[in-house]
Amino acid sequence: MTQLLTVRELTVRFRTEDGPVFAVDAASFDVGHREVLAIVGESGCGKSVTAMALTGLLPANATITGSVTFDDVSLLGLGESSLRDVRGRDIAYVFQEPMTSLNPVLTVGRQIGEVLRRHQQMRGAAARRRAVELLELVGIPLPARRIGEYPHQLSGGMRQRVMIAMAVACRPRLLVADEPTTALDVTIQAGILDVLRNLRTEIGMAVLLITHDLGVVADIADRVVVMYAGRTIEEARADALFASPSHPYTRGLLDAVPNPARHAEGGLREIPGRVPILASSPDACTFVDRCAYGDDLCRSSRPTLAPGPAGHPVRCWHPLPVPAPAPAGERV
Amino acid sequence: MRGTAPVLEVVDLVKHFGPVRAVDGVNLTVAPGEVVGLVGESGSGKSTLGRCVTRLEKVTSGEVRVNGQDIAHLPRRQLRPLRRAFNIVFQDPSSSLNPRMTVADIVSEPLRLHRIGTPASRRERVTELLDQVGLRAEVVRRYPHELSGGQRQRVSLARALSAGPSLLVADEPTSALDVSVQASVLNLIGRLQADLGFACLFITHDLASVEFLAQRVAVMYLGLLVEVADRAELFARPRHPYTQALLSAAPIPDPATQRSRQRIVLTGDMPSPVDPPPGCRFHTRCPVAVAQCSTVVPPLRPVGPSGALVACHLVHDDGTGPVLAHGVAVRS
Repeated sequence: MTQLLTVRELTVRFRTEDGPVFAVDAASFDVGHREVLAIVGESGCGKSVTAMALTGLLPANATITGSVTFDDVSLLGLGESSLRDVRGRDIAYVFQEPMTSLNPVLTVGRQIGEVLRRHQQMRGAAARRRAVELLELVGIPLPARRIGEYPHQLSGGMRQRVMIAMAVACRPRLLVADEPTTALDVTIQAGILDVLRNLRTEIGMAVLLITHDLGVVADIADRVVVMYAGRTIEEARADALFASPSHPYTRGLLDAVPNPARHAEGGLREIPGRVPILASSPDACTFVDRCAYGDDLCRSSRPTLAPGPAGHPVRCWHPLPVPAPAPAGERV
Repeated sequence: MRGTAPVLEVVDLVKHFGPVRAVDGVNLTVAPGEVVGLVGESGSGKSTLGRCVTRLEKVTSGEVRVNGQDIAHLPRRQLRPLRRAFNIVFQDPSSSLNPRMTVADIVSEPLRLHRIGTPASRRERVTELLDQVGLRAEVVRRYPHELSGGQRQRVSLARALSAGPSLLVADEPTSALDVSVQASVLNLIGRLQADLGFACLFITHDLASVEFLAQRVAVMYLGLLVEVADRAELFARPRHPYTQALLSAAPIPDPATQRSRQRIVLTGDMPSPVDPPPGCRFHTRCPVAVAQCSTVVPPLRPVGPSGALVACHLVHDDGTGPVLAHGVAVRS
């Protein structure tokens, strides 16, 4: 089966007043039909820039190279007007902060109607009916009343549901969700994750989920790509990544989160230092300065993404061994 | 006997902002050297409670006893010398540090205000404090903008602890930080607390960090406490339906555990604190509410052998009560 989205050697550089910034460094990954792929990493790892680069949403000071193929169409070669057809119809976006993504002076119904008019030439009563259906689909109670309301009349969770309703209005094949629940409370987050799960089944879309929250990944992702300083450093099925992280950074991230299910003795693991901002792509591992296993090889040669001890790809000269299985009964 | 008297005693605390009933009658004590986690979602009133305890807000009614003395209604002048005994750390260190002061000035400010020591001894104390929070001595001449988010939060902690308070209120101290930095700040608070022995009211929406740091946990909903229990008991046997829902909604960063849990998804949003529901404030979203819940306010009362406090009509005196879903407890 061919993949829905294929990204190869995607590289993004920004020209800034402080010199060039190498934001994404030859990222390659695929998203399958109906798959939930999570890209995880800390701030500054390049995960949002990767998501925006797919459909040319980056500002003019960005230089993008590599290839992005969606449904056998190369997106990086497309002009702005063709890209506009793709955005919203085939690939839709949901961002972290719904209040700044919604227009405060238009009603919810009007904003959903805009998408329907632009891509499906739907107007008037038909558009209104469809808008009500969409609000119902994302679990908003009393949808017929809600479409006449303005964003400020809705709670944060409801606003994010409206954003999702707008995004899926044209039944996109891929939803790019950039930290969709980060600004929300956990009880609200649980509802939004359920909506995403249902939509995947109901309209058969794939989800590219950008997040820093490993709990969200554990909840919903099929596969995970870990990014660090612009590079993809590990790629695995969600269960495999949590069970046997191969890259020291992935392992560090997992151990840094307080996790009642595998309570760390003697404190949480810390990762000293911070994500570097790079002006170029060094011929070295970009994690070496924060890594306990870094040596001369790591400093002098760029690791390749290759199958590691656990079988899944990892970009590390000294990948971690697969941990021995815990004795039965020890897990909580 | 001073060792057993509580450092903080909050009695019937009420804080209204005009019609908004942010805190509506809270009783809570914190023992010397104890870390009490105060959890709740946005709008629960947890931050307002923290700000009342440190008298950053005027209290509408009730008492805030710090080391036995009620500070709730003291005039500024009388309050000022008592401020040595308590301090607060905020969520966002970049907006709570004066950008025009050096680290040395920021950290020594409480010492100057309380006229503690001489300029020379204060300089010495600053060096000692910076060392305790894991910052190198060179940072004394730096300004906040020259530091990373994690370093700024360390400066905030050094400032809060400089006058040797017996109570530290920490309001979401790690929420604005990246995962790996969060871990180091949580570890630091735990270490400082163990070394210096101050009591801590740790306010957060993040259950995992409460599980990591607190000895006792208070759960707040819409201006009231709904449950107060020892950490292990609360996580193993949450009794109030809201606590159960909150625990079940927080994703556990482990796919096997997370995907096998039964979850309780609450309907609707938190009601407005302007017009809270009659009876139990949670009854509008509670999956097991009965008629009595919408009319009679459940008192916060001790239940079960351990004397955990629960405000729910459905929880019996022996501590048994409704179990909304299995697998909610994260530890057995």
